[in-house]
Amino acid sequence: MRRNWALYPYVLWMALFTVVPILLVAYYSLSATGLGFRLTLTHFARVFEPLYLAVLWRSIQLALVSTLICFLLGYPVAMILAGSPMRRQFSLIVLFVVPMWMNFLARTYAWMTLLEKNGLINKLLGLFGVEPLNMLYTSGAVVLGMVYNYLPFMVFPIFTVLRKMDPSLLEASGDLGASAHQTFLKVIFPISLPGVLSGVTMVFMPSVTTFVISQLLGGGQFTLIGNLIEQQYLRAYDWGFGSALSIILMIVILLSMGLMSRGNAQEEMGGLL
Amino acid sequence: MRGWAWAKRLYLGLIFLFLYAPILVLVLYSFNYSRSRGNWAGFSLRWYGELFQDRAIMGALGNTVLIALVSALAAAVVGTIAAIGIYNSRGWRKNLLINVTYLPILNPDIVTGISLMLLFIALSFPRGLMSMIVAHITFGLPYVVISVLPKLAQLDPQIFDAALDLGAPPRQAYVKVILPQIMPGVFTGFLLAFTMSVDDFVVSFFVTGDGVSNLAIAIYSMARRGVNPKINAVLTLLFIAVAGGMYLIQRQLNKSAVEL
Repeated sequence: MRRNWALYPYVLWMALFTVVPILLVAYYSLSATGLGFRLTLTHFARVFEPLYLAVLWRSIQLALVSTLICFLLGYPVAMILAGSPMRRQFSLIVLFVVPMWMNFLARTYAWMTLLEKNGLINKLLGLFGVEPLNMLYTSGAVVLGMVYNYLPFMVFPIFTVLRKMDPSLLEASGDLGASAHQTFLKVIFPISLPGVLSGVTMVFMPSVTTFVISQLLGGGQFTLIGNLIEQQYLRAYDWGFGSALSIILMIVILLSMGLMSRGNAQEEMGGLL
Repeated sequence: MRGWAWAKRLYLGLIFLFLYAPILVLVLYSFNYSRSRGNWAGFSLRWYGELFQDRAIMGALGNTVLIALVSALAAAVVGTIAAIGIYNSRGWRKNLLINVTYLPILNPDIVTGISLMLLFIALSFPRGLMSMIVAHITFGLPYVVISVLPKLAQLDPQIFDAALDLGAPPRQAYVKVILPQIMPGVFTGFLLAFTMSVDDFVVSFFVTGDGVSNLAIAIYSMARRGVNPKINAVLTLLFIAVAGGMYLIQRQLNKSAVEL
């Protein structure tokens, strides 16, 4: 079974289109602007200017808030799904997946329709005599967009773990005199922890790197690190600074991924289908 | 206890309302005659008519399907062969290959997008349909590999040897014996790659050029300019296609579950 020719096309492809591009980003992040390569750390130094640190901090803050809301909303959903009978479980999961299969842009755009000044929510509030609220282009709208788009990423990993839990554990806990409350805190939650950790990473990661949600629902007033990177490449043409920001973002993501979900991403991805 | 069951149902109902309300509102407004979303000016198929006349949106729709089909097919073929190669390798080589496979999945979309953009510029590779297909193959490949690898691990290794003993050349043994067994994994991988491709905005946005758009890019540029009821119409059609497809798949799965 030594047929390693099978690897050549793949290795070649991955080298050219995954490894080399990342090395290019690293190259630009370390090279002074202008022709040829001159080693410099000025791009990285700029990342730590207060203006940009504030952007980084805002991205992390909004992503953390969204992750927390996803956890609070999603955990009960995962528990209810795991506790429902097999046949219904499947239909419920399909119901959960259908909006996810809608285009990501479509889902975000849909909220613009609801939140805008003469959108449906303000119309409804108007019926009760409430003055139109400014909901679109606020940080709340950005968080809402993140929660709406990424909630399933929290529900599925937790659901996958809870479903595999042996139900006799709950009976044992009850027989030993634990209240429902204690059973949850001391049995169910600790068992579900790996799922929670995957869920947290899978929500936090796309939230902290997004530039679409902040652009469409934040109206460009809430510059996140993703927006900053986009601006450097497509408007300011400062590839060096954009690359330095990208490298920092990549390090943050890879570190947190490695820390949280040690290689069981495969299983969680499988749960999505 | 009954009250508790109702509370659960109510909670799920609210969550589903949250998930579906924006989509339903979108569908509703696609039938509104008026351009403004503020008032309802009567049921109309006006925007659907205009949609089919809109070259830009229809072109973007065609691009989306074309890119998704071509890239998912290519990813399925290369990814399956790669999975066999990874399965057959050992030691540090295997670990390295698996880690590299996860790299595009773990990498933020935006970094994948800009890094590929830099590569295409460095190679003077023309940016447009081809560069988008190449990029989509790249982020689709890992999903095929990680869908096929577990199927290979489940195989009885003696099956391959048996085929060889019965006189099949290795190539034939792979195609006639191994491939049918791992086909469900290949199909899952294809479906994942296809979905990722249809859904992708960020990577496409950076690697495209020459005015070539997929649906997501078209929606983005229209949404930034404000209201456009044609978006509602095209999204409604998309939603019907997705919901219909899911319904068919679910029925198929239920049927095969009954047969089992």
